[in-house]
Amino acid sequence: MSTKFTLKDHFTEGCLINDRLIFSVLFACLLFLIIMVRLAILQVLEHEHFDSLADRNRVDILPIAPQRGLIYDRNGIVLAENIPSFSLEITPENVPDMAATLNELGQLFVVAESELDEIKQKIKKQRRFRQFVFRQRLTEQEVAKFSVNRHKLPGVDVVGRLIRHYPQGAFFAHTVGYVGRINERDQKAIDLQDYKGTEQIGKTGIEKQYEDLLHGTVGFQKIETNVQGRMIRELENSPAVSGKDLFLNLDVNLQYVAAKALGEFNGAVVAMDPKSGAVLAMVSKPDFDPNLFVTGISNKNYDALRDSVDMPLFNRTLRGRYPPGSTLKPFVALAGLELGVVSEQTQSFCPGWFQLPGQDHRYRCWKTHGHGQVDLKKSISQSCDVYFYDLANALGIEHLHSFLDLFDFGHKTGVDVPSESKGLSPSRAWKRSTRNQPWYPGETVISGIGQGFNQTTPVQLAHATAILAMRGVNVTPQIARATRASGQSELELIAKKVAENLPMENSRHWEAVIDSMVEVVHGTRGTARHIGKGISFKIAGKTGTAQVFGIKQDEKYDAELLAKKLHDHALFIAFAPADAPEIVVAVVVENGGSGSRIAAPVARKIIDQYMGVEPNE
Amino acid sequence: MNRHLIDRHNPQRWSLTRALATIHIDALLFMGLLILMSAGLMILYSAGDQSTALMMRQLVRISAALFIMLLIANIHPDRMRDSSYWVYGAGILLLLAVLIFGHEGKGAQRWLDLKVFRFQPSEIMKLAVPLLVAAYLAERPLAPSIGRLIVGLVMIIIPSLLIAKQPDLGTALLIASSGLIVIFLSGISWKIIIGFLVACTSALPVLWYVMHDYQKQRVLTLLNPESDPLGSGYHIIQSKIAIGSGGLFGRGWLEGTQSHLAFLPERSTDFIFSVIAEEFGLFGVGLLLMLYLLIAVRGVYIASQAQTSFARLLAGSISLTFLVYVFVNVGMVTGLLPVVGVPLPLVSYGGTSMVTLLAGFGILMSIHTHRRMMSP
Repeated sequence: MSTKFTLKDHFTEGCLINDRLIFSVLFACLLFLIIMVRLAILQVLEHEHFDSLADRNRVDILPIAPQRGLIYDRNGIVLAENIPSFSLEITPENVPDMAATLNELGQLFVVAESELDEIKQKIKKQRRFRQFVFRQRLTEQEVAKFSVNRHKLPGVDVVGRLIRHYPQGAFFAHTVGYVGRINERDQKAIDLQDYKGTEQIGKTGIEKQYEDLLHGTVGFQKIETNVQGRMIRELENSPAVSGKDLFLNLDVNLQYVAAKALGEFNGAVVAMDPKSGAVLAMVSKPDFDPNLFVTGISNKNYDALRDSVDMPLFNRTLRGRYPPGSTLKPFVALAGLELGVVSEQTQSFCPGWFQLPGQDHRYRCWKTHGHGQVDLKKSISQSCDVYFYDLANALGIEHLHSFLDLFDFGHKTGVDVPSESKGLSPSRAWKRSTRNQPWYPGETVISGIGQGFNQTTPVQLAHATAILAMRGVNVTPQIARATRASGQSELELIAKKVAENLPMENSRHWEAVIDSMVEVVHGTRGTARHIGKGISFKIAGKTGTAQVFGIKQDEKYDAELLAKKLHDHALFIAFAPADAPEIVVAVVVENGGSGSRIAAPVARKIIDQYMGVEPNE
Repeated sequence: MNRHLIDRHNPQRWSLTRALATIHIDALLFMGLLILMSAGLMILYSAGDQSTALMMRQLVRISAALFIMLLIANIHPDRMRDSSYWVYGAGILLLLAVLIFGHEGKGAQRWLDLKVFRFQPSEIMKLAVPLLVAAYLAERPLAPSIGRLIVGLVMIIIPSLLIAKQPDLGTALLIASSGLIVIFLSGISWKIIIGFLVACTSALPVLWYVMHDYQKQRVLTLLNPESDPLGSGYHIIQSKIAIGSGGLFGRGWLEGTQSHLAFLPERSTDFIFSVIAEEFGLFGVGLLLMLYLLIAVRGVYIASQAQTSFARLLAGSISLTFLVYVFVNVGMVTGLLPVVGVPLPLVSYGGTSMVTLLAGFGILMSIHTHRRMMSP
């Protein structure tokens, strides 16, 4: 047929293709017709049939929200419960004139014009037969006010439902945390199916950490609906499973004592049982009322909390990063003994200052005229800075850093509350990677007394002190103790996190450091000797004072002249009894000034409460 | 004769058609597409539970696709013909790449993950196959010889098999039909066509044998949807209820109960036609189908006015394949054809098919606006 001599004949080819195009269009019209006939059959001839099918075809699935588990302290006192609360709800389809109704409500409950417009928009977006929550937590007066005006407000009702309530108020605001409305960020993290019908979710603290346990499992009601989607009858019902109750290690009484002992100061207290890791008290001051957050906090309240210079929303126990100051000394001393840099007998002379060879800068001891001859015990009990400048310098930052690592300085303790800070235990590598600077020998010197870059959180301090108290046994701090499924009576213990014990064989080293810490409280010249009276057992402790404000060489710290915000932080770590520890306490008092005068008595009050010591003074 | 082509050199009166022609956009076709896509957006608003976010995403895709259409319309058809072998070759390589490295979605490997966006190489083949077959057949006088016909068929079968293997039978069939339309338009004799149809019919049992289980299930479901009302028959039953309950004039925009009570699955993508039928009735879908037909007829007109056989074959194939899409989708939702997962062109939510379709219309516009002034 085709040879290379055949010329292309455009006209003939064009006609050929056009014929086929015409045929195709006609064929397409035929298909079009077939489809129209099919549609006509479905939509006209069988319309009645399908219309009734569509009407019957209305099975709706309604979620049944589970009841949130309760939270108890170790004595069975309720920390978080669900209480009935009245809310004002609008059913749009029953409201003849929405604008008038909203105006009326706006006048009754004093709502701004702009807010009313917003509500109007929201109501428009949802189904007309679904209730819209206009106002939550009505007071009795508001319920009464509504009842009087009810005749003017068709389609508006007062409805009772359960909301979260924290009977202890502000005392556990930071640790137990609070629930709040589910926002977009929460939605990404949860299985939406499981939260249908649930309005609140744990936002902080234990409420967030154990959300899965507390929330429970959603139930479903399968119903047949009419054309508008309203229920005709129930077809199936699978009930919701309530969340598990949670029993904490926290002790309400100890928490009260700790909060009270801090008084007007800002600060943090963490008390724990070193044997089990049970966290007994966890106080961060100032605090706030978590009940404000449950049904959505007002802008005014929230701004006040957020903008306060005292930062009440900030959980100091977990996220407050404080220089450990002298409370780090027992750990540095232990490093010296373990690594063989010093022995118990090693003497050092304190003239009131320390100098690196070949440098002019004087690192001063807090005691201006010096401690004279100092051994390990004296260095801790009288908190001699020079001894530790010397020791840190001899250890070198790398050895010091890796030893402190064992006590989890610079690491999360793993306590079961979210958003814990790691603190900071400095090293050469850290400084290189974050600041791109070399490490200077002077920085090692001040690291020896817990100043410089060192930062620890109160829970870290308590955890490290617990390891020290237990002579190397490492337990992870834990707030939640057990759960109880709804309707059951027996408790189910929450598994403890297993941590590795410290690889230190020489028990003499532990005892040497702990003896020195006993001397802090019970020695004649110990820095915390005033809290050592009137008890039958021994307390081991260490005071600390952390600088907030740098003082120039040869200048003197004068509390009188400094604004309170710049006063030193007062710290104290302690455990008791020293030979068989039952409680560990870490106290940080912001701008408290002196560890021995301000922080130590707080710890003593907590130990007294826990050990059952009668105050006799 | 083409009055407006002659008028192009008459600067006295401004004309929209002429203005658009200077950027190689065909005004009539463009208006038709705009009307169709606007109607599509309105329906998507209803089908997508009145989500403005969904609308915005679709709007962005439409804009991107229109931009690509404009780019392609400015390429001369001769350049397209010259590059047809390269495009086709690259498409085949990408299809092989999908089979080897492809990203699995909903149990089928169709996507290549290019970090920035995911990409479905079968979309390229939707245009590459008719492009190559038209270029190849138009090299020699038409109608083609048996030898060239066989080569053309091979060009169609290779990508179709590769895509069917992904498995994506719907797209494979669409691509095969776009190539077969070129062959049909090229003027092969009716004897061959009838012989081919007979062969296809007798090959159906063989096809049945090689089909995947889920594909067989869809065919069985088509024949008797009530056999599995909550399983694979659910789509068709719910879709028919939606369409049937729409009646003559529909329940009104945003009022479709089938769609809004979420009985209708995939209602913003493959089953969007059912939403239209429920809300606008027979009257509404009649108008919509009319619009599709008008757009295709304009395409066929462009084909008939084209100046080379290559351009005629290509333009004809693109326009007619567009109608095949519509028929397959509507046939599917009305229960005439098995559920094959073909979106309603330019209306269903989704970006890839939108880009390919508008790129195809870009080719049509290029063919129409690059004609040399001469009598046909």
